[in-house]
Amino acid sequence: MKLSDRLFGVVVILGALAYTAGAFQIQASFMSDPVGSKTFPLMLAGVAAICGLIFVFRPDDDPAWPGRMTLGNIVIAVLVMVAYAHALKPLGFLIPTAICAAILSFQISPRPLPAAITGLGLSIGLFLIFKYALGLGLQPLPKAWLG
Amino acid sequence: MELLSNLALGFSVALTPFTLFLAVAGCFLGTIIGALPGLGPSNGVAILIPLAFSLGLDATSALVLMTAVYYGAMYGGRISSILLNIPGDEPALMTTLDGYPMAKAGRAGDALVLSGFASFFGALFATIGLMLLAPLLSRIAYQFGPSEYFALYLLAFSTLGGIASRNQAKAALASCIGLGIAMIGLDNQTGMPRFTGGNLHLMDGVDFLVAIVGLFAVAEVFVFIESHGRESSIGVKLGKVTLPVRDLTKGIGTMLRSSVIGFIAGVLPGAGASLGSFLAYMGEKNVQGEKGGFGTGVPKGVMAPEAGNNAAAGGALVPMLTLGVPGSGTTAVLLALLLTLNITPGPTLFTDRPDVVWGLIASLLIANFVLLAMNVPMVKMFVHILSVPAWVLLPGVMMISFVGIYSLSGSYFDLLLMIFFGIVGWMFRKLDVPTVPIILGILLGNHMEDALRRAMILSDGDWRFLFGFRWHSSPGEYEFYSAIPSSLLVLAVAGFVAPIFLRRVIKKPQAVSD
Repeated sequence: MKLSDRLFGVVVILGALAYTAGAFQIQASFMSDPVGSKTFPLMLAGVAAICGLIFVFRPDDDPAWPGRMTLGNIVIAVLVMVAYAHALKPLGFLIPTAICAAILSFQISPRPLPAAITGLGLSIGLFLIFKYALGLGLQPLPKAWLG
Repeated sequence: MELLSNLALGFSVALTPFTLFLAVAGCFLGTIIGALPGLGPSNGVAILIPLAFSLGLDATSALVLMTAVYYGAMYGGRISSILLNIPGDEPALMTTLDGYPMAKAGRAGDALVLSGFASFFGALFATIGLMLLAPLLSRIAYQFGPSEYFALYLLAFSTLGGIASRNQAKAALASCIGLGIAMIGLDNQTGMPRFTGGNLHLMDGVDFLVAIVGLFAVAEVFVFIESHGRESSIGVKLGKVTLPVRDLTKGIGTMLRSSVIGFIAGVLPGAGASLGSFLAYMGEKNVQGEKGGFGTGVPKGVMAPEAGNNAAAGGALVPMLTLGVPGSGTTAVLLALLLTLNITPGPTLFTDRPDVVWGLIASLLIANFVLLAMNVPMVKMFVHILSVPAWVLLPGVMMISFVGIYSLSGSYFDLLLMIFFGIVGWMFRKLDVPTVPIILGILLGNHMEDALRRAMILSDGDWRFLFGFRWHSSPGEYEFYSAIPSSLLVLAVAGFVAPIFLRRVIKKPQAVSD
């Protein structure tokens, strides 16, 4: 099967078209030069579209995609990371880091106790390194708790 | 004599206690990063850059720290190649071919010591080469105008795929994606926003550090989740470490030849350390012939690729410093560091900031000796680090990446963007789309477009200017003002087309070991 590359090629072509449309949205300015703001992006979109056509018509063999289980693990990891990105500011460093690191550790090797210890250890250890050795201004706990 | 006074200046910068401390710390960190399976020089340097930046280090200190990490990782890469048969990074791949058989035969200590010496030899050779070649090249590069630079950027992008990626169209696409991302944000020349979709976060463009950490470090975490950390396995026992003097003296010729090959491969834009170690190994295999027994675990088979890849690592700094065009993935990351510190590499760097350049060279010389000490007598300590399991290591890498990016900008938008780049990086790795051209595209996109636009302003929109022709109004004909742009363009086309044919001749290294 060579479906992956064909599909990828179609996505690339659509992306190139969207990029072209985006390039035509760029507003002209009173300052101008012979090339302008659009030409270089349009050239890039052109080359990318050609590459997309190559993928559609001369695809490589499919890579080994992960099974449903592994894919699920990766989706969970992504969700955890997104949640972490949002939690870091309101909740401080320690709690989100411990939870996030523990879940990621569990995704790699599914044993609850070592994962929990890894989470706690990384959270406290990294906080000490960042705060005192590197001097980054990290906030340890939620603002409300610190009064 | 000029060289000596420059070196003296360099050492006066490098020998301050703080800089010296940074060099030693960088070597130590780098060796660890290189030794850990799955972490190599490019992602190691990538996750550390945001931290170095938020520490508020000045340009010279940051550069010294990062290049020490870079050299250290090149040294350290061999440790897991030899003991676990897993290359710590791509350039160390060739070292597994003879290193692991040697270790299985009970000569793990010898293999580590010999490859440590070979790394030292290669890196020292390359640092001296850098010292001699870079000033010469920067003098030539002084005469480069916008059309020369445009051609040079094209050359870098067209050769970057090289023999490392199997599909040239995918390498070309990766360059386009990187360049396309660079276009996001305010247009340098007109000040109008491009491709921002009205999003205020995108007005400044996409920070290349976000892309680098996402594509290299976050993607690595997904790869590990997929493999369930299978890659970190128990290896070979390491016995007593002694100095095999005989093998060492016999291998001097090997190290010298491999260093020369590696250095040249490193200087060529886009080739980098992987090609350096590959060519050094294959070259030495031919020199030794059937009797050499390459692939069965011979000392020379470990020394050749290690001298080659460390020489290439030094060689890759030459085009990065003199032209601003990196020769490998890691030098692309180092270029990112320089640009963040408001230093534009290029010929003027040597005249405007000699303290930076020569300080760097002097600390590379010092780093080499530090690394030799760390990697030969103290190698056992680093071997213990290999036993850190992936389920501790990878969450750690992840958290450091997050804090690094967060401490730079403090915005969750950048963190989300980093995760997005991580997913893209993982999928692209599956689809065999190289990610280094994307980074290089984001880094150099605006410079490349500026070169094109400035060339067109100079020639009033005449495209023939890009090939070295200039319109002269007095005789009313075209004048061929320089051969550099068109020769660079010819090289770019050749560099893009050649791998398609070469790939049929040179099979991938795996075929060699089987």
